[in-house]
This record gives sequence, C-alpha cells and structure tokens, in this order.
Amino acid sequence: MRYLPLTPTDRQEMLGVIGARSIDDLFVDVPGVAQLDGPIHGLPLHASELAVERHMTVLAKKNLAAGDAPFFLGAGAYKHHVPASVDHLIQRGEFLTAYTPYQPEIAQGTLQMMFEFQSQVARLLGCDVANASMYDGSTACWEAIVMARRVTKRGKAILSGGLHPHYVSVANTMAKFTGDQLVTSIPTLSATPDTDDLIAQIDDNTSCVVVQYPDILGRIADLSKLAEAAHAKKALLVAVVTEPVALGAIKSPGEMGADIVVGEGQSIGVGLQFGGPYVGLFACSEKLVRQMPGRLCGETVDAEGKRGFVLTLSTREQHIRREKATSNICTSSVLCALAWSIHMTLLGEKGLRQLAAINHAGASAAAEVLAGVPGVELVTPRFFNEFTLKLSKEARPVVRDLAAKGILAGVSLGRLYPGEASLANGLIVAVTETTTKEDVETLASALREALA
Amino acid sequence: MSNINASGWRPTTPEAGESNAATATGNRALMLEEPLIFEIGSISKTGVDFGDAPTGTSRLGGLERHQDIGLPGLSEPETVRHYTRLSRQNYAIDLGLFPLGSCTMKHNPRLNERMARLPGFADLHPLTPVDACQGAFEVIDQLAHWLITLTGMHSVAMSPKAGAHGELCGVLAIRAALDARGEQARKILLVPISAHGTNPATAAFAGFTVEDIPATDDGRVDLEALKARLGPDIAGVMITNPNTCGLFERDMRAISDAVHAAGGYVYCDGANFNAIVGRVRPGDLGVDAMHINLHKTFSTPHGGGGPGSGPVVLSEALTPYAPLPFVEKTADGFRLVEEETAGEHHAGSFGRMTAFHGQMGMFTRALTYILSHGADGLRQVAEDAVLNANYILRSMEDVLDAPFAKSGPCMHEAIFSDKGLPEGFSTIDIAKGLIDEGYHPMTVYFPLVVHGAMLVEPTETESKATLDQFIHAFRSVAERAKGGDPAIRTAPHFAPRRRLDETLAARKPVLAWKEPVGAQAAE
Repeated sequence: MRYLPLTPTDRQEMLGVIGARSIDDLFVDVPGVAQLDGPIHGLPLHASELAVERHMTVLAKKNLAAGDAPFFLGAGAYKHHVPASVDHLIQRGEFLTAYTPYQPEIAQGTLQMMFEFQSQVARLLGCDVANASMYDGSTACWEAIVMARRVTKRGKAILSGGLHPHYVSVANTMAKFTGDQLVTSIPTLSATPDTDDLIAQIDDNTSCVVVQYPDILGRIADLSKLAEAAHAKKALLVAVVTEPVALGAIKSPGEMGADIVVGEGQSIGVGLQFGGPYVGLFACSEKLVRQMPGRLCGETVDAEGKRGFVLTLSTREQHIRREKATSNICTSSVLCALAWSIHMTLLGEKGLRQLAAINHAGASAAAEVLAGVPGVELVTPRFFNEFTLKLSKEARPVVRDLAAKGILAGVSLGRLYPGEASLANGLIVAVTETTTKEDVETLASALREALA
Repeated sequence: MSNINASGWRPTTPEAGESNAATATGNRALMLEEPLIFEIGSISKTGVDFGDAPTGTSRLGGLERHQDIGLPGLSEPETVRHYTRLSRQNYAIDLGLFPLGSCTMKHNPRLNERMARLPGFADLHPLTPVDACQGAFEVIDQLAHWLITLTGMHSVAMSPKAGAHGELCGVLAIRAALDARGEQARKILLVPISAHGTNPATAAFAGFTVEDIPATDDGRVDLEALKARLGPDIAGVMITNPNTCGLFERDMRAISDAVHAAGGYVYCDGANFNAIVGRVRPGDLGVDAMHINLHKTFSTPHGGGGPGSGPVVLSEALTPYAPLPFVEKTADGFRLVEEETAGEHHAGSFGRMTAFHGQMGMFTRALTYILSHGADGLRQVAEDAVLNANYILRSMEDVLDAPFAKSGPCMHEAIFSDKGLPEGFSTIDIAKGLIDEGYHPMTVYFPLVVHGAMLVEPTETESKATLDQFIHAFRSVAERAKGGDPAIRTAPHFAPRRRLDETLAARKPVLAWKEPVGAQAAE
C-alpha cells in the first residue's frame, strides 16, 4: 500500500495517545448494521503500479485515438497541437496539487495565473471582464441564460438553431426545473444561420438571444444586427464560442456587440479527453460583473503595499450567500485554465493569428477537395475551420463504416439530431493544423467509394 | 602579474551580518518576483513555429479580423520561466501537510497522471463512433461498478462535472421523482446549518426552498426536531455524513426511515466519504442520492481549484430519473444511452447536464487509484484518515477549545473553536501564523455552527513524523496567540506576500489587466 506512510507500530503508538484500544473504537458512532466486517466484497486487493498500468493500457488500446487516424471530428471539441511545455508546466506539483487559493499569501502563483487568464479571455472574446472559468461550454451557456434573466428580470430566452444541440439539451433540462421559457429550433441545411428569424422573435419578454459563433454547422455571420435588435428591446445578446481559435481570424462577438460571451476553451491547451475535463469561458461587460457567476480573481495590495491578487466579489458566491448565491458553482476548472493560459502565452497574438490562418486555409482547401467528390455538396460556403457537407445518402452509417476502416470522418448530424430526416445526410467536418493533405485525400477517396 | 590569485584563496567562513537588507530587484534569493505576461510579453512575440498559411480563397464572409486583440506572447524559455516562477509562489500537497478540513488534500499518485495521458484516453474525441471507443466506455463502466460496490447503491450517474454539479444532479433526480408521483407541492429541502454553502445554493438553483434543520449540542442533526418538521410539503433532506464537524451522524438510518415514511428522499453530501470508504456503505443507511468528489476520496488532483468530478450514486427509487447520457453494457459491447435511445428504457430521465460524458480524465485517474488500493487498501485509507485526525484532536485539545471532543472520537477531521483566545485575536491569526511555520492553514470559519471554526483534516497520506512536526507548530502558534503575541496578528511575515487587502479588491474591482495610463493622459 504504497500511498500509506503509517507503519503498524505508528498506528499502535497513536492509538495509545488517543486512548483507544483498536481502530474500531474510533468508528463507534457508526451503527453496527452499517459496519462492514472485512474488506468490501467483490473488489480485488491492492495492486502494484505495473499491474494497474497493464490493466489500464489494455483499455486505452481499445480506442481509436485521434492521432491514430485521419481525423475530422469537431462539433464542440477540437484536436489541436498542444506544445510540450504546456503539459510539463501544468504537472508541476505546485500547480497540480494546490487547492483553491483561499490563503492568498501562499497562493499567488495560482492567483496571478487566474488574473492573467481572465485578462486573456476578456481580450479574446472582446469583453471587459472574464471569470476564472466554468466547468465547460455547455454549463457556461446555461449560466449565461440565468444571468441574463437576473439582469433583465425577464424569463424568456431565444436559442438559435445553430447552437450546439447538447448545449440546448442542457438548457432544456435546467429550464424544466427553474421555469425559464426557452424558444428553441433545429438548424436547416442552408448557407446562412438563422439571424433574421431570431431578430423577428425578439419581444419585450425576451431576456436574451443565444447564438453560437461559428455555429454548429460551422457557419459564421455578423452579429452586429442581432445585437442591435436585442438591445432595442432591452434584451441581451449571449454569444457562444466553441472554437476559440477562430477568434484569431474573425472578429470577436464582443466587438460586434454581444453582452455576454461564453465558450468552450478546450481547443486551446486542453486535449480531447473524451469530453472532459474542459474549461468553460465566461466574459461580459464591466457593468454586469456583479451578476456574473463563478470565481473571480482581482488585483489588490498587501500590507506592505506590494501588488498581489485575491479571490474577490465572493458575496455573489455560495459559501457566503448560500441559497441567495448567483450560482451553486464551487469549483472552476483552474488546471485547464492554466493549460489554456500557457498555450495562449506561447501562441501570443502573432501565433494565434498564424494558427487561425493555417486552420482556415487547410479547411478551405479540404472543403474544395471534398466538394469535388460525386455525391458531396458543400452546404456552408462561409466558415472558419469546420464546414457541413450534404451527402447523397444518410451520413451516420457512412461515418460508422469509415470508422471501422480507421478513418474518423466527422460528426454526422444524425448523431446530433437523431430522427431529423432533414438533417440525416449532413456531415460536419473539422480541419485543423493537425490535418494533413494526405488525410484529406484519404477521406475524399473513402467518401467516393462509400457514396458510389 | 600580481593580480593573479595564485593560491586560489576565496572566503570560506561566513558571517551572519545584516539579514533584513532590501534588494535592488525585490527578489529575496529563491523567492522571485514575477511580472504579468502583459508586462513582459508582446503581440509580436511567439513561442511556437508556424509557417505562413498557404494562400487561397478566404471563406470568412467579410468578418476578417483587422484590429489587434492585445494578446501578449513569449518565447518558450520565457514562458517556461514565467510559469515556473509563479508555481513557486504556491503551497501544495507536494510541499507539505495541507490540512484543509473537508477539502481532503491527500497525495496525488503520479501513476494516475500517467494513465490519464495514455493516448487512447487523452486523445479521444467525445463523439467518436461508439464502436471505436469501447475502451473508454469500459473505463466508465468499471469505475461505475466500483463506485456502486463501495457505496452499496443501485446505480451511478457519471456525468456531473464537480461536487456541486453532483448535488444538482441529486436534487434534480429527487424533483423528477416527486413530479412523477404527482407531488409537485413538495418544495422544501431541509438542510442543516452546518452544511456546506453549495447545499442551499444547489437546492435554490433547482427551484427548491431551503429550511434549516437544528443541530444538537453534540454537533449532530436533531432527529426529533427533524421528525417534527416532516410533512407533505417536504421534498427531502440534504445531510452531510460524516458531517462538517467531522462527526458521523449516528441517527442516519433513523433519519432516512423517518424521511422515507413521510414521503421524502434523502440526499447525502458525500464530500467526506473518504472517512468511511471501504468500511461503511451509505446504501445501508437509507441514502437515495450521494455525490462523490473524485478529487477528494479518490485522489484526483485539485489543480488550484478544479477540475473536480462528481458522480452521483442513486437508490433504486431515483435510478429511473438519472441524467443522460450514460453507458450501458449489452451482449454486443457497450452502448451509449442518449436522448434518442432513452425513450426505450429510460423515459423518466431528467435530461442532460453537460455536453459530453463527464470528466473522463478524472475517471481514468480514480479507477487507477481504486485498483491500486484495492478493497484492503481503501479500508485502510479510511482507517488511517480517521486515526490521523483523532491523533491531532487528542494532541491539541488541551491547547485549543475542541467543542465536540467530549462527544467521542471524530472521523476524518478535527474541529476547534476560537474560544479562549484573548481580545483582538481570532482564528485567522492562528491560520496566518501557521503559514510562517511552513504549513497551509486548516479550513477556517467553517462550519458556521462553531465560532471561529478551525477544521483540520490531515488525511491518510501523512506520516506520524509529519503529524508530530505539525502538532508541534500548531501548538506553538496557538500558545502564542493565547499569550497575545502581537507578531501573530501581522503574520505571515515570511510568505511571498503579507496579508492582502480584500476590502480594496472588492470595493474597486480590478479583474483584468489594462495598459497603464500614460503620463500625459493622467494629467
């Protein structure tokens, strides 16, 4: 039992100090019926590092990792190259094994990093301020809807059909219990998002319009008119970014008038990890900050006047406000935020813009190649690094068949919108700097064969 | 050639001299000041090598970025140095005892980290076709199986992203179950005042109203008062067991029976499951839902405040309402039950809580930990955690007031109050004094039921020698506070920063870096 330092002699000595005859004396408050009299049944006994590593490696090898295949999956999680130093730095014990910085005098490392992260996120999303991170994009999106309700004191949110269907699903789950009214729709296989429809639906009861940028099909559209229309009715514009690398190439939602911008930060610094842990981004304008959920780090000075950082505005939070808190959130996703911040520092503005340009050029070239395959039509002419194809047959079985051949072809709309006949032939394809020309050729010939 | 030091002489006998001298840099040897990335980086600098993008048609639809974002970049060596320097301003479990009560700062085994980074887990997309990610589903299924086995419950919802998210999962399942029974009128959740703040916040977020349950003088739930409050408006109770005073709720079974008899459900906050894992199964105590903080009991890293992971074990009564998606074992392998397939067997599900499958990176770590310890090791984990806490309790109770010491042994944490400290001295002074002694302080001012609470949780991964050193330091600091030593009130003196002005931070929030105002603009 390599993680337990006490020796049998230590235990006996300590029981003596405590005045107990045996360890069972310390569990006297547990009713006898609930006490197990030996090691729990069914679980094997302790195992060596080597034995556990063998067990886990067998399981890992049963999966087709992104790096082991021509890989085109996106739809809310993206494969990007993460520099080696990122993973090295986040594994420093002082970051990895620290707790929430409740004692700021001995937690300035985490606190300064949080302040830098907040500043980077705010700039990237085009807002004044950002918090120290949320669980992920989907939960951040719901928190933004709740925040808009608090700000506007209205209960109806209009969700774009271009919003990730799992994000819509999370919001629907929560709204059932909170009584929020959600107006939702599914996307159509068209070149442009539903901006005009959304504008037409805004009324005096609308708390916010929630729009994804780029949207689930990869489409991008100017948000300025939508922001103006929302503001004209005193509603807020909430923008959701699931691929923040895009903002190195295109204008940020904040620059186009969004009041709250949330996002999934995974694509910078954080690996795919089968869906988590990820890092939710949450930013807004300065005047809304006291309604913002989640942890916040602020600058201050110490008793000698030196600059330092502390957790602040905690009067919004559950440990002070209890049932009156803005949210029940207790943790954020600090280690992932650290990875995000380090990766963003390595990129810098220059690297981010180059990375975004490479992604866009690669995706544009891939779209042309794939659209040349008989039976494939490019639905979305304007996109960043992800686009939607319409196949001449149902896409979901095609994706399954190609996976069996070792090609991860993309995310079928049938997987995301099961039972929606109008979307069944849709395939979302993501192309990043990790995608090679050969990968694209492999996919093109596989599709040619599958659709023949 | 007289300037050649032919004998090789150099001074080798040190003198102490002046020790408090200021330095030109503000650094103090290994304690290094570090500016912000915004002060040392620039938008034209980068730590990555990309070639230029190939030219081609832009498909950005006129939304091309023209304005600078203002994101500073650094070269790789500067980046590594910046974050390494920052890291050294943190206390961490790798550096020493971190007795933060209820937060369970135990050793994080590095095998967990290695296993989570196997490419088959770390580089796997959440929407990979199910036939190509059977190993990931098997990890989820195995971990789920052991969590169910260890808790004696019926099922487990794996997707909640953290403890508070797990609480939300549990109370939503309770709401869904009540609604399915047509009992929409049950809107009140009873929560003890000693509960963690997330409990009432979660209940409110899910649309419940919260009422306090009174406590007895020995720090436990008042069973008779609770029974008296039960009725047709009560949805259930949220109880932490072992509770936040570090005590086992002896009446847990009676509480559960009373709540069930009155038509309610029992939510157990499993934050302190580490005290009983392998020895006690919450399922035997009548619990309907309990979240498990994988970062506490099962050693996944806290990372400076997350990510957490909060699977929720459920009773048979609540199982039909568990969230989507979940993994199901079939004759043909594992399949994923999502919105489209839920209708067949799982129509009662309250829905999806997060975009994907939960904190997979934490599942691999927790499974690694469970397999490493095994049934015998996990039982020893609970026993050593409780032994270490009682050792501290009995080694400190003559110096500090221990309000429940007479009630019997504590579980995994020992609680003390500020009673007996002189005028002008408080719990915070003892906490800050411990910083100068090289320790992270205990949890302070929580739970609210104890005045100036100090909640000390050593965990099972500390040796007796470490505990003895800590007790020596803790006693010394407590005695200095009791003796009115003014230096304690301004501690810490030797940390990277002195006490920080939290009032200023909240009154004039500076939450993002801004370019310093130029001399001209300032005028």
